Order: sequence, then structure tokens, then C-alpha cells
Amino acid sequence: MSNWEYAPAPESRDIANLKPAYRMFVDGKFVEGSGEPLKTVNPATEEVLAEVSTASKADVDTAVKAARRAYDRVWGRMPGAERAKYIFRIARLVQERSRELAVLESLDNGKPIKESRDVDVPTAAAHFFYHAGWADKLGYAGFGPDPRPLGVAGQVIPWNFPLLMASWKIAPALACGNTVVLKPAETTPLTALVLAEICQQAELPPGVVNILPGAGDVGSELVNHAGVDKVAFTGSTEVGKLIQRSLAGSGKKMTMELGGKAANIVFDDAPLDQAVEGIVNGIFFNQGHVCCAGSRLLVQESIADELLEKLRTRVATLRVGDSLDKNTDVGAINSRAQLEKIQELAAAGEAEGAQRWTSPVPVPDKGFFFAPTVFSDVQQSMRIAREEIFGPVLSVLTFRTPDEAVAKANNTPYGLSAGIWTEKGSRILWAAQRMRAGVVWANTFNRFDPTAPFGGYQESGFGREGGRAGLEAYLDV
Amino acid sequence: MSAPSTTELSEVTRDDASLRRFLHGLPGVDQVGVEQRAAGLGTRSIKKASKLWAIDTAISMVDLTTLEGADTPGKVRTLAAKARRPDPEYAEVPHVGAVCVYPDMVATAVAGVGDSGVGVASVATAFPSGRSNRAVKLADTQLAVDAGAAEIDMVIDRGAFLSGRYGQVYDEIVAIKAACGSAHLKVILETGELATYDNVRRASWLALLAGGDFIKTSTGKVSPAATLPVTHVMLQAVRDWRDRTGQLRGVKPAGGIRNTKDAIRYLVAVHEVAGEEWLTPTLFRFGASSLLNDLLMQRRTQLEGHYSGPDYVTVD
Repeated sequence: MSNWEYAPAPESRDIANLKPAYRMFVDGKFVEGSGEPLKTVNPATEEVLAEVSTASKADVDTAVKAARRAYDRVWGRMPGAERAKYIFRIARLVQERSRELAVLESLDNGKPIKESRDVDVPTAAAHFFYHAGWADKLGYAGFGPDPRPLGVAGQVIPWNFPLLMASWKIAPALACGNTVVLKPAETTPLTALVLAEICQQAELPPGVVNILPGAGDVGSELVNHAGVDKVAFTGSTEVGKLIQRSLAGSGKKMTMELGGKAANIVFDDAPLDQAVEGIVNGIFFNQGHVCCAGSRLLVQESIADELLEKLRTRVATLRVGDSLDKNTDVGAINSRAQLEKIQELAAAGEAEGAQRWTSPVPVPDKGFFFAPTVFSDVQQSMRIAREEIFGPVLSVLTFRTPDEAVAKANNTPYGLSAGIWTEKGSRILWAAQRMRAGVVWANTFNRFDPTAPFGGYQESGFGREGGRAGLEAYLDV
Repeated sequence: MSAPSTTELSEVTRDDASLRRFLHGLPGVDQVGVEQRAAGLGTRSIKKASKLWAIDTAISMVDLTTLEGADTPGKVRTLAAKARRPDPEYAEVPHVGAVCVYPDMVATAVAGVGDSGVGVASVATAFPSGRSNRAVKLADTQLAVDAGAAEIDMVIDRGAFLSGRYGQVYDEIVAIKAACGSAHLKVILETGELATYDNVRRASWLALLAGGDFIKTSTGKVSPAATLPVTHVMLQAVRDWRDRTGQLRGVKPAGGIRNTKDAIRYLVAVHEVAGEEWLTPTLFRFGASSLLNDLLMQRRTQLEGHYSGPDYVTVD
């Protein structure tokens, strides 16, 4: 018997080219914002990474006007094949600077380097490549022979996938001929500002992409600005509702990608070892900071004990810690506020009578960390079965029949994604048809591709991103 | 499906029909999933002290093998000497797990390894095809055991397995195990010919039910030989077997594992799929001939800070 400890394998943080200060990007230039500057911290160490200037009301106005000018004079009237060249150039530059972006993302967000390196950055580049391909083929997308852009898009993105969400928003908007004012999340502004550098490097005409760091007030100012034609928001359901309320009747086009509480259904004939992997990937990927995370596990009662035992054994092997260590599986929670929210909901789970199991893995003393946690004996009526936790916490429920599985899976105000695990093809089709969710994965979970539309039902939002359907959100159709 | 107890497990081997029901009732293996997991674990970064530990452990797990028609006593003696003392300049390098030879070479190998602690393994049962009758296979095994082999590597009858005659495969493993006496039995599944991961899982269970001490991927004569995903499935099988019966059985990937990087990937799989207690030569072996030299070269690189090349290790 041994005790094999892997040596730490930290990626060099120098690769991130971290600067002491970052400025906002407006009309093709980096300029000082007139808002109160914010400090962005590394959640894995609580150290301040950089000071970032933020936008004021006047800056929002300047940026929207710049975007409008760029739309009217250059971008909106440019032939698609020309636009494509710029977008392809951005895609290639994202690839060229992929290591830098991955390290910076892990520093700013706390996610493990292996995920930023293997998922976030490559998928971000893929989104630019994919949409660049559409730019000169919009007439063939099924929206008429010559669909027109909408104008200026105001976009607000969350902190869980800062670079990837920026790409999801910017790439289709540009491909369709719109110009963009984007506000990254308050806690994770850095990679979006490097993406702005990339836009500059790609010689994108000034004003086509503008990036305004800031908090919720800047976001609110942006989406409510009269010069914005389309609003795209990814974030919490709560904020999504606020935006919809304030925009009602304004005539602005909207897409909302909000919270989720996805069901991951495991039938008794599932490939159990891979189901365990899928469950782990579903809820512990990106520390559970995934709106489509498989946070509600529904297991057929006849295999529940066996599956839970396998799951706990597997989860106990997940390594929690330094986000720059290549061997880390689960990184840091993005902020102290989020950590407290997770702790509060986990405590509610215990208080309501669910059985809590926490991975025995060592957790660093410094930084915001939460050990992977699995709640069993969870009932539909409990808060941990209904509310989005947005952290590495899994709620396990059981079912007896396929009908019951579907009924429980759909019994949620959300509907972003779902998972089905069974070796029986007919059952996959049967269940997938009945699932009220934007994405249904069969025998896998959390797979993303720019060609696949992504979006939700009910309180998980409306509109789609990615694929042909995603273009519709940025075209006048 | 709830976990059957040991007595229930002995029930399932009663006849062909119950064996089939049991083996086909095992959870399926999803190809995409297992290959993804294997690729993901392959990216673990192992360096410095942890790498040095892995290299030494891997050396102690090597079954140094020569299985050629051209094998001679001289070749086997050379191999045995290398097995005893893999790196003459570093006395602390552990000896390998075993030397693995054909039955007629066992006596030479036994003399060669002496009392060093290195085991002598032999491939019996009409290796590598397994195409002979049971009497011949038993005689082959007996030959190796009588000559002093401490470990027998048998091949299963893939024809019988693929045509669903599980009882026949089971009976044969039981019979060979009996013929082994105190020698350890490694059951070669020849996973390259079984084609699907579901078959690999079923064959693994069949071998465990029949009393195999080790399940081994390949003869090394069929391509593909050992692969990481196949080894993952087999590691899951021995882990599940332990969970149900409390017994510890071993796994041996063989064929195609040539360098340290690959070997470390397998050790990571052992560590994270089966568990830490399998990280020992009594429960995990590498069937390899060229792996050892790369392990030795990498070991020196770790210690000396530079790479010296193949001329600094012996070519045995």
C-alpha cells in the first residue's frame, strides 16, 4: 500500500501578462472610465489582481453612440464576406493567445486551469470560427434572402464563463452585422478586456465592439439606453426579470439565458460507471457554477444505493485547490458572497432533513472553497431540490417508474437542460421528447458546441444562442 | 440490480443460462464515456518526487517478457539478470515483478532469477491463440508449474466466449486454476479480439468468478493490445469485485506500453479508478519488454538532471 501524492504542477502565472490596471474599451481605444474603479481578486488566494476602471452613465452613452456610428457607417453595411475576415482573425488570435487567456481566466475566476485550457478558450475560439462562417451565408439561414441586422446590441454577461460568454454574445452579433456594447461581470472583467485587445489587434473598425466593466448599475444603464436595439442577458433569473420589466413596451428585442435546476435521470439499465462520470461532470464541472448544471440527480430506486456508493467513491477523488495547478479538478468559488450563498443553502438542506455527505478532500485555508457535497434523501419539497444553488452541491432524489422520472424532472420553474442515462435507445427518445428543457443530453452531460442551439424554457429564459437558431436573435426576422 | 452476495455469486456459475443472465445483466459500458474519462485522467501532471515514486513503482511492476520463437537459454539468462538488477549503477532500483517466458524456458528462468525475489511467469494453455483441447492446455500448464513457474498466464478461449459458451470458458479457467496449484493465475482476455467494452467487462467478471488472481488484457500478439480505456473497465471490475466479495484481484495490461509517460498514465488510472491499494506489484503488473529501459532512462534523467540516452542502459 502506498500514499501517492501528486506533486503540485502549477501553470506559470506570468503567462497571463497580468497588468496592474485595466481600462475600458470604447470606440477602438482603451480609455479611463469615469465610474468608481473596482479591484478584481483571485478567489483562490483572495489577492487583488488588478484595478479596473468602470463606466459611468456618461460612458455608457458614449459607448452606445460609438457603436451606433460604427453600425451606420461601417459594420452594418459591410458585405458579409468582409465581416467574416475580421471574425476569423479574432478566432485565430484567440487561439494564438490561448495560454495567456486560459491562465488569466483561471486567475480571475478561480476555475481550474485544465477547464479554462481545455474547454473555455477552445470553445470560445470555436464560436468565432463558426459564426465567421455564417457571416456571408445569412441569406441561406432560412430567414429570407437578405435578413438585416438589428443595430446596436447591449449585452450583459455573468462571471461563471467570462471569456466564453463574451464570445457567445459577440460572435453571432458581429456575424449578423450588429455592433456591440458588452458589460462583463463585476468580479471577472479581465479576459473580456483582453478580448478587446484582440479586437484591436484584428483591426476591427472602432466602435464595433465596446467593453464597459462595472457593476449592475452599468448593466442597467446599458440595457435601458434608448440607443440599444437588442438586449442579450445571461445571468440570474432575478435580474432577468428586472430587465424584462423595465424593457417591457420599449420594442427592444431580448434574449435571456437565466438560471436552472437541471434533472439528470439515471435509469436502472444505465452504464453506471459512465453515469457516475456524467453526474460528476454535470455538477462539479466549473465548481457547479453552470446554469445548465445537472444539480438534481434522479435515480431509479432499484439502483440508488449502488449508484450513490460509486458516486461518493468517485467524488472523493476530486482534487480541490489551486486553480493554476494542472491536477486540480475543482477550483475556487468565484466570490465570498457566492460562497456564503452556497453555505446558506447547504445548511437549509440539512435543516430540512436531507442527508449530507461532504467529500473528505483537503481544502485550502485561504481563498473561497467549498468541498464537493452530495445530499441524499432529498424530497421535491425541499429548497435544495427547487432553488438553484450554483455551487458544487448535488441533490439526489429517487423515482420508481419512467413516468415518475419525467414528472419529477419537469416539476421545476426552470428548464435549461436535462440528462438521460440508459442503454435503451427507445427510452432515450421517449424521455427526451417529454423533457421540458432546452438541451437534453443522453449518456453524457455538459457538452457544448457552437452549432447546437442553447437556451431555456420558463424561468430559464427564452431565445437561443448558437446554431442557426441563434442567428435569429441578432437578425430582423 | 442490487449487489449479490458471495453465495449468490456462486449460484450464477451453476449453468450456462445463469452465467449468461448474470453477465448480460452487468451494467453496460458507454464507449464515449469511458474513452473520455481515460483521456481526461491521462492529463494528470506527475512530476518530481511523485514521478520518481511512480517510476520505481512501475519498475517493480514490470513482467519482463520474452515470447519469441527464437528465444534461447542465453536470452532468458540475460533477461533474468536484468530483472534482478535493472540498473547496475543504481543499486537501489527495485527488481522487476517477474520474468515471463514460454513453458520450456521456465527452468532456465528459475535458475536465472535465483533467490532474488523476482517471480517467474509463464504463458501456458496453447498461447497465444488458445486453439487446442483442454488436455493439451492442462499439460502445457503442468509443464510450466513443474518447472517452477510461480505465475501462469493463461489465454481464454475467445471463440467459445464470442459464441456465448460462457460455461465452457468458465470451466476451463477453473480447471487451469486447479492445475496451477500454488502458482498465481493471470487470465488473458485478449481484449483486442473481444472488440466491445461490454465484452471486456463480461470476460473480466467471468475470469474473476472462475478464480483468476489477475485479469490481463492481451497476449501482445494481437493489435490492439492494452489500451487505457480497456484497462479502466478492468480496474472497475476488480474494484466492484472487491466491493462485493472483499477479495482483492489484480490487473495486468500487456502489449504496447513502451514508455514512462504511458506507464504513469496507467498508474494514475490504478490510483483513481480502482484505488490506492492496487498500487503494488501484487495487484498490478505491466506486461512489457521495452518499457523497462525507458523507465530506467527517465529515472536517471530525474536524478541527474539531464538525459543520457539509450547507450547508458543495457540492451537486454
